[in-house]
Amino acid sequence: MSTRRLTGSANDPHIRRRYRAEKRFKAYCIGAVGIAFAIIVAFFTDIISQGYTAFWQHQVQVTLEYNDRSARLGQFALDSDMRDIASRGATRSIPLEMEDNPDLMGTTDQRWVPVKAEIDQYLKHGHDLPAELRQQVDALADSGRIQSAFNTRFFTTGDSKLPELAGIFSAAVGTLYVLGITLVFAFPIGVMSAVYLEEFAPDNKLTQTIEVNINNLAAVPSIIFGLLGLALFINFFGVPRSSALAGGLTLGLMTLPIIIISTRAALRAVPDPIRQGAFAMGCSRWQVVRDHVLPSSLPGILTGTIIGLAQAMGETAPLIIVGMIAYIPEAPSGIFESATVLPAQVFTWASEPQQAYVEKTAAGIMVLLAVLLTLNATAVFLRRKFERRW
Amino acid sequence: MSVGETTLILLAGLIPLGYAGFFLGRRKAMATQADGTRLHSRPQQYGWYSVVSMAVPAIGVAFAASLLNLLGWIALPSELVLAMTLITAAAGFAYGLMAIRPTLRARNTLDRLIRWLLLGAALISIMTTLAIVLSVIFEAMRFFREVSVWEFITGTVWSPGDSFLEAAGRGDEVSEGGGGVFGSVPLFAGTFMVTAIAMAVALPIGLLSAIFMSEYASLKTRGVVKPILETLAGIPTVVYGFFAAITVTPIVVDIAGFFGLDASYSNILSPGIVMGIMIIPFISSLSDDVINSIPQSLREGAFALGTTRSETIRNVVVPAALPGVISAFLLGVSRALGETMIVVMAAGVRPNLTWNPLEDMTTVTVNIVYSLTGDQSFDSPQTLSAFALGLVLFIVTLTLNIISTVMVRRFKQQYD
Repeated sequence: MSTRRLTGSANDPHIRRRYRAEKRFKAYCIGAVGIAFAIIVAFFTDIISQGYTAFWQHQVQVTLEYNDRSARLGQFALDSDMRDIASRGATRSIPLEMEDNPDLMGTTDQRWVPVKAEIDQYLKHGHDLPAELRQQVDALADSGRIQSAFNTRFFTTGDSKLPELAGIFSAAVGTLYVLGITLVFAFPIGVMSAVYLEEFAPDNKLTQTIEVNINNLAAVPSIIFGLLGLALFINFFGVPRSSALAGGLTLGLMTLPIIIISTRAALRAVPDPIRQGAFAMGCSRWQVVRDHVLPSSLPGILTGTIIGLAQAMGETAPLIIVGMIAYIPEAPSGIFESATVLPAQVFTWASEPQQAYVEKTAAGIMVLLAVLLTLNATAVFLRRKFERRW
Repeated sequence: MSVGETTLILLAGLIPLGYAGFFLGRRKAMATQADGTRLHSRPQQYGWYSVVSMAVPAIGVAFAASLLNLLGWIALPSELVLAMTLITAAAGFAYGLMAIRPTLRARNTLDRLIRWLLLGAALISIMTTLAIVLSVIFEAMRFFREVSVWEFITGTVWSPGDSFLEAAGRGDEVSEGGGGVFGSVPLFAGTFMVTAIAMAVALPIGLLSAIFMSEYASLKTRGVVKPILETLAGIPTVVYGFFAAITVTPIVVDIAGFFGLDASYSNILSPGIVMGIMIIPFISSLSDDVINSIPQSLREGAFALGTTRSETIRNVVVPAALPGVISAFLLGVSRALGETMIVVMAAGVRPNLTWNPLEDMTTVTVNIVYSLTGDQSFDSPQTLSAFALGLVLFIVTLTLNIISTVMVRRFKQQYD
């Protein structure tokens, strides 16, 4: 019988079916990873392709005339046909300049100023412009009076209602303030809690409650921390709404469990003989922790703290609840002043209807992602470099 | 005198006293030691002892006074508080210096104090939870005084009144009456819809990726794949929101249009998909950990019976890892329920009870955000409704987390 079923051999149709199923299943698994990778690539490509144009901006060369009329309204320093092209914000400060420096009266000055956002968008992406204006712009571009230059303004100014002038500076300063408060609040308390739980705590009901509680706290949705910040810091303690202090404390409470959990892991990695050796030399428990356990677990603690801060830096929802989406054109100069942070600035821009804000949003996201990736890479580097294997 | 000034004067008094206490205490101890007497502790520990006996009672007094002030029971004038604090500090200073003698166990006292300090820090996390529960319940109670619980839980119409929609820029959709109706069913329907879509995306991709990483990939491949997948977890949610609103939504609308379907530009499908992408790394990392901790002997046993790799995975590994996978799934669900920015930016603000994911729906978190960013007074039911919604959200996510923790613990006990 030549067609006899060869049970168990490679020609057994049953076995071949099973092998096909095996291949299929493996293909599913690889496909899943492939899909995830494709999503990541698509995501970054999408953000970068939308955002990179914002780092360049078109400027127009104009002649500013300092005369009686421009002393009243900066717009009049421009030729009437330039007023439709140059950004309104570029001439806004002229009356003030003339007040500070009366010698300017009667002189002229040639400089490059940003063009209006619509014109910038037309030159970059060919968005619609009225025909007459388009001819004017094309003519200027042909004669070299419109040029594209690196947009330093994006990094040096705050938010603006004119997209061509909007930048991330005040949001970046706000982020520094908020993260500073988060760090000052969450780092000492987090490390102290972890030291207590790992090195001092007896194994009793209270300790177990604290442990369960910290794990649960780490999984509470961030918006709930926003509600807490609103009710506790703003309504009860009277911290000013929208201030960096309110935001920083709220994020501090949120980051606390992350720091505690990672610090505990770092403390646990220090082997017991180190402690026993120190005890044998007559150290008290605190001396053991201060002089031996903490120094050897410091890289792990710092890594966890950086990761916690990176997470806090990307957080938006709780900050919206405590009012940190105010319009902030000037960088805040203290922790009680209204401030905004990078992700909140991204959110504000994303809700603006003008097309020009889309590239601003994407560019803001690129800066945010660059900082976050750097932070996370630093954390990984620290761990690799200083981690001790015992 | 402002709070800041009072604090500054207080510090200006306490810091020099502290320095003086440390050096005087240490000098006294060293002088005692000099004539050959054996001390119980090191001289600097006596120094610290006098600092502590000066500062702890003084700070206690100042803290108690500010607590009384904050709770509004007694408002003491700040000059009085200052005087009381400084007198206490001076008394403690004198006591600390006098108490120093060779038999004083300064080191033990310091250790005990540090222990209490650390315990205090550890209790802050408990107090945070308590504060969340209390503040949310307190504000939610004020809401339920005006709106019945039954209406809130079972009502199918959510229309908090004119100001809410105006704040959201949709003043033209104001409903009749305008007094405010708070039936939360449409919001929870939206939240569950978006969660279901997210998990439908995240679970298969996350779980299969985890299986690939732990069962098929070489160590080297795994070392590359895992961190790349985890970058997804580090992306801020506001970025996902932008991605959903600007990129995914138009694609979804186009695809739906290709099949002749009419999709809204704030459909719930696109935030759902993007939220799923966000959750992939949670599912894959947690499942990967769990699958990795399944003992190799289980797999070898299955191979010995002649099963192929995929049969081993499906019939042995995954069933054994199931509690862990379920707990990863529950954590993912809890993330999705509480996720805010993606839905705020990409989903609608119109409460809508529907089964069609191409229509716009709104969620619990969207309404929390919009009712707290409007211009209403803090006492209005619109604002307070945020806390009622927050309370439900907190309870649901907390329950999911606890179930998930318990399942993981059971699983670990089984194989450790």
